[in-house]
Amino acid sequence: MQVLESGIGELLQPYSMEEFREWNRTQKPRGLVDKLMSEQEAIARFVHDGDYIGKELYGTCRAPMSLARELVRQGKKHLRAVGQGVLELDLWVAAGLIDAMDITYHGLEVYGVSYALRRAAESGKLKLVEWSNGAITWRMKAAAMGVPFIPVKSMLGSDTFRYSAAKVVECPFTGERVCLLPALVLDVALIHVHRADRYGNAQIEGISGFAFEMARAAKRVIVSAEEIVDTEEIRRYPDRTIIPYYLVDAVVHAPFGSHPGEMVYRYERDEEHIRDYVQASQTPEGMQAYLDRYVYGVKNHQEYLEVIGTERLEYLKRTCVGR
Amino acid sequence: MEYNRTELLICSAARLMEDNCTAFIGTGIPMLAASLAQKLYAPNLIPIFEFGGTGALLVRLPRAVGESRTFYRAVAASGICDIIETAQRGFVDYGFLGGAQIDPYGNLNSTYIGGDHDRPKVRLPGSGGGNDVGSHCWRTIILMQHEKRRFLPKVDFITTPGYLSGPGAREAAGLPRGTGPYRVVTSLAILGFHPESKRMMLLKVQPGVTVEQVVENTGFELIIPDHVEENEPPTEEELRVLREEVDPEHIYI
Repeated sequence: MQVLESGIGELLQPYSMEEFREWNRTQKPRGLVDKLMSEQEAIARFVHDGDYIGKELYGTCRAPMSLARELVRQGKKHLRAVGQGVLELDLWVAAGLIDAMDITYHGLEVYGVSYALRRAAESGKLKLVEWSNGAITWRMKAAAMGVPFIPVKSMLGSDTFRYSAAKVVECPFTGERVCLLPALVLDVALIHVHRADRYGNAQIEGISGFAFEMARAAKRVIVSAEEIVDTEEIRRYPDRTIIPYYLVDAVVHAPFGSHPGEMVYRYERDEEHIRDYVQASQTPEGMQAYLDRYVYGVKNHQEYLEVIGTERLEYLKRTCVGR
Repeated sequence: MEYNRTELLICSAARLMEDNCTAFIGTGIPMLAASLAQKLYAPNLIPIFEFGGTGALLVRLPRAVGESRTFYRAVAASGICDIIETAQRGFVDYGFLGGAQIDPYGNLNSTYIGGDHDRPKVRLPGSGGGNDVGSHCWRTIILMQHEKRRFLPKVDFITTPGYLSGPGAREAAGLPRGTGPYRVVTSLAILGFHPESKRMMLLKVQPGVTVEQVVENTGFELIIPDHVEENEPPTEEELRVLREEVDPEHIYI
């Protein structure tokens, strides 16, 4: 198969599917192991300097914000990341944790461009390789399938392709031009869910975003859950399990773990907090003050929730629209 | 009834949404337009949001493409692969997009402005689902404020493909046949693309706007037909529903 065009972006995470298979054979116990632990322990044990990291869903929706803040507190360095996100990526980029990203979307949604991303990208400190949202997810899907690449019809003809690490080839069956995306095997993934048991069986309500693909594409998976349930509860609703336990390395109990983002059917997003954040993030000083108060200024997620206050959290629960 | 530029854009876009069609909805104005259309003209419009929401009732306005309101009382809540693959196999009729810059062929930039890729003057969020929408949806409708600095002969970066370099270029690049930008809805005009040259063409001016004003605010040569109609201004009904029902929290308007 002849390569017709190659993107000039760097492949930030080179991979071997043979090695990934070997990892899955030797490093992931099939037995029931109690993986419930604190966020400090989970991040300390399973995220290493230099790792390629991803998280799901994003910023204001079912986001692993408590884990994202703990990562900043522990000051992990020289990370490379899946660049699809909002507040969580903002915190990481602003705190200088990230050297390079496979970027698809990093912004503040309705509030516009990310000031943290602008400061880092415009000063040349952050290396960016471009992809579309579909492409980055399909790259994880390829890894989840256990194959080295996946053919798609996105990115063709664009500069998004030109600044990616994808390739265009002629399809050996039909002769048409297709874009080949390299599989993406992550070192570690952080995923927030509605409920999990202590072994790692994890269930999500509402849209599943890219949790299915990311959990299967990562060597290590840290799950944070609003609620820790008995395995019997998981077994009653097996159709809800997006992530079976053997994929998971750590389970962290994190009520309001997505705050200031929302958790569908449980609590609304904290618009006031998000607006204050957007305001603060406009300057490096404002961002530092935010980090000092909400991240460095608290020891753990429990203390963070105390700073936010029960009254506010109850309000977010109350205003959440049901089904 | 008085209205502002954003309200005009929303009402103009809403009228382009067809009943019983699938429409890929991006953040911002497309969400308001889809909600308004669902309430007034297209009760069976199927809004599709990239992280998994299909066929939501847009009773409350989404603020993000992955949030709960994108699948409130929806017919399905799946994930991003399902949604983009649905578009890739030809099931999505319309895609609604915004962008920071556009060129005569409808190529869109939402990646960076000025400088170069590794040292941009202004770094923007990136493609998100934009490239996927512009690649796969049958008809892409672009919503933008009409300013000379946004309507350029050449965009700094083609994030999302329009007709690329002209007739036949999409097909030559390998993009699905019969797809591409269909309309550009702005604060000054409704534009389309010439069937042969694939260059942007004026279709209608917005109420009270002259052809000259459109030309002045466009940084490239537009195809101007002999007769250019004036778009109908937003009706009282449209504005009332928009203000009272679509965005009563004043998130966008």
